[in-house]
Amino acid sequence: MQNDVWVVADHAGGNPRRITLELLGKGRELADAREGRLVAVVLGHGLLDLGPAFGQYGADTVVAVDHPHLHAYTTDGYTEVLSALVRERAPWLVMVPSTAWGRDCAPRLAARAGAGIVTDVEALWLEDGRLLTRRPMYTRKVMGIVEYVGSGPHLAVVLPKVFPPAGRQEGRAAQVERVEAGVSEPRSRVVETRSLQRERVSLTEADVIVSGGRGLRGPENFALLEALAAELGAAVGSSRPPVDSGWVPHDYEIGQTGKTVSPTVYIAVGISGAPQHLAGMSGSKYIVAINKDPNAPIFQLASLGVVGDLFQIVPKLTEEVRRLKAQG
Amino acid sequence: MDVVVCVKQVPDTEQPIRVRPDGSGIDDQGLNWILNYYDEHAVEEALRVREKHGGTVTVVCVGPPRAAEAVRTALAMGADEAVHVADPALEGADHLAVARVLARVIGQLRYDLVLCGRLATDDNASVVGAALAEYLGLPQATAISKLQIGDSLATVEREVEGGVELVKVPLPALFTVERTINEPRYPTLPGIMKARRKEIRTLGLADLGLEPGEVGAQASRVRYTRFEPPPRRQAGQVVTPDSPEEAARVIVRFLQETAKVL
Repeated sequence: MQNDVWVVADHAGGNPRRITLELLGKGRELADAREGRLVAVVLGHGLLDLGPAFGQYGADTVVAVDHPHLHAYTTDGYTEVLSALVRERAPWLVMVPSTAWGRDCAPRLAARAGAGIVTDVEALWLEDGRLLTRRPMYTRKVMGIVEYVGSGPHLAVVLPKVFPPAGRQEGRAAQVERVEAGVSEPRSRVVETRSLQRERVSLTEADVIVSGGRGLRGPENFALLEALAAELGAAVGSSRPPVDSGWVPHDYEIGQTGKTVSPTVYIAVGISGAPQHLAGMSGSKYIVAINKDPNAPIFQLASLGVVGDLFQIVPKLTEEVRRLKAQG
Repeated sequence: MDVVVCVKQVPDTEQPIRVRPDGSGIDDQGLNWILNYYDEHAVEEALRVREKHGGTVTVVCVGPPRAAEAVRTALAMGADEAVHVADPALEGADHLAVARVLARVIGQLRYDLVLCGRLATDDNASVVGAALAEYLGLPQATAISKLQIGDSLATVEREVEGGVELVKVPLPALFTVERTINEPRYPTLPGIMKARRKEIRTLGLADLGLEPGEVGAQASRVRYTRFEPPPRRQAGQVVTPDSPEEAARVIVRFLQETAKVL
């Protein structure tokens, strides 16, 4: 078990979410290199059919803990169950998705299990038998290379969209091991969850993001971006000024004080490119910038920069995408 | 309501940060050291709790001697007392080790609430808060955007994927705060003058009964081996199309042929 790689699953009713597939893909590679097993650890309640759901994405084993207290995430419940499993089975590496719950739980789990922890991991590799990670620091102005000390367990909190999702292998199933665990009553209780984004694609998972800045001049103009995003199946984000001005809620914000995203395409509209904003999006694969100021710093890192009036260009772009889609 | 706030001194990342040529760290020439922004919000929230419910605000910091200045900023904002742990043996300590030192200090204080910033803008780790909650045996909520103190129970809001959670947490508890939680006050001149006269209790590991082997580099489970500048993005092309229609076509072609998302 000293060579096993665990992926703690982010899932909806036992179905792995995209970030889980990304971790399984990377986890498979590392487990193979160590000749260990790839284990998906699934916590929840009323979990069914986990074998195919995780096996087809590369997991050898599913360790499932099913308990009413694990129906929704709680710090206490997850920490208790995961730390007991880690202590008892001593995996080499535990990968946790960098989601709200993952970031809440992982440091606590590391402290309880005595595991070295690295967060915001965006690369993970073996070098002379040592496990190394790379992570952004100082508003993405520096990349730190961190080495785990000792034989494990090592804990990596992995950013979304840095690894490609595992490919699907039809018909492959994992062996499912259901673990009976007592789970204490969690001390804190979620009393309400308010949905913020309604039908919108989540920013951290979106393949394409349309993001607006100060250049949009007012809240009403975000409708232009929403229309474009709807055609592209994209999420809508913003830099800090629109949030500070109250044009859009804080959950739109991308940058040092908001979210970190790395979509395939990031379309920056009316965003000048302040370092605080770049900190949250410069990991995007392609950046398209629309700005009327040819000297805007965003153009220095844009894969495609378009100098022009966003109020004219964005509606035409929406129209063009719609036309293209209509053609099939 | 006695509140403990953990603070860290960080270089101002609004200024250039450069990696040393040998990759051993960042070039500290010309760095401007400040109180971590998120911790400013934590101090502000602590002061608001004190204003509403009474009690004290104590600032705790682990860091080299220069970090006393960040502690001083928190005192100037209005914190009552401060403890600063500075010990050369903490060089190279990982986040869990720092959390163990903080736990040792805070374990000797009286508190109902511990507040931390959600992250520090130097290493962006987000580890110390939740690890500290574990070492103190406290319930926690991380990245909260709203705090309401009731009878032996706090109600907090935290943003999760696609929504906001309302969580009830029994006190004493530890929370890490988002920057949306409040707007920090600026230290006033009388505040700054008063802060100068306040005593910062400076401690070493020996004062806390800790050994370097427990919390120093030797005890750390992770180690930074080198630092690199971020990969430079491939320089793209910047175009100035003749018309909005032309601009739209250029972008669509890019989305189709290069990015392949259409």
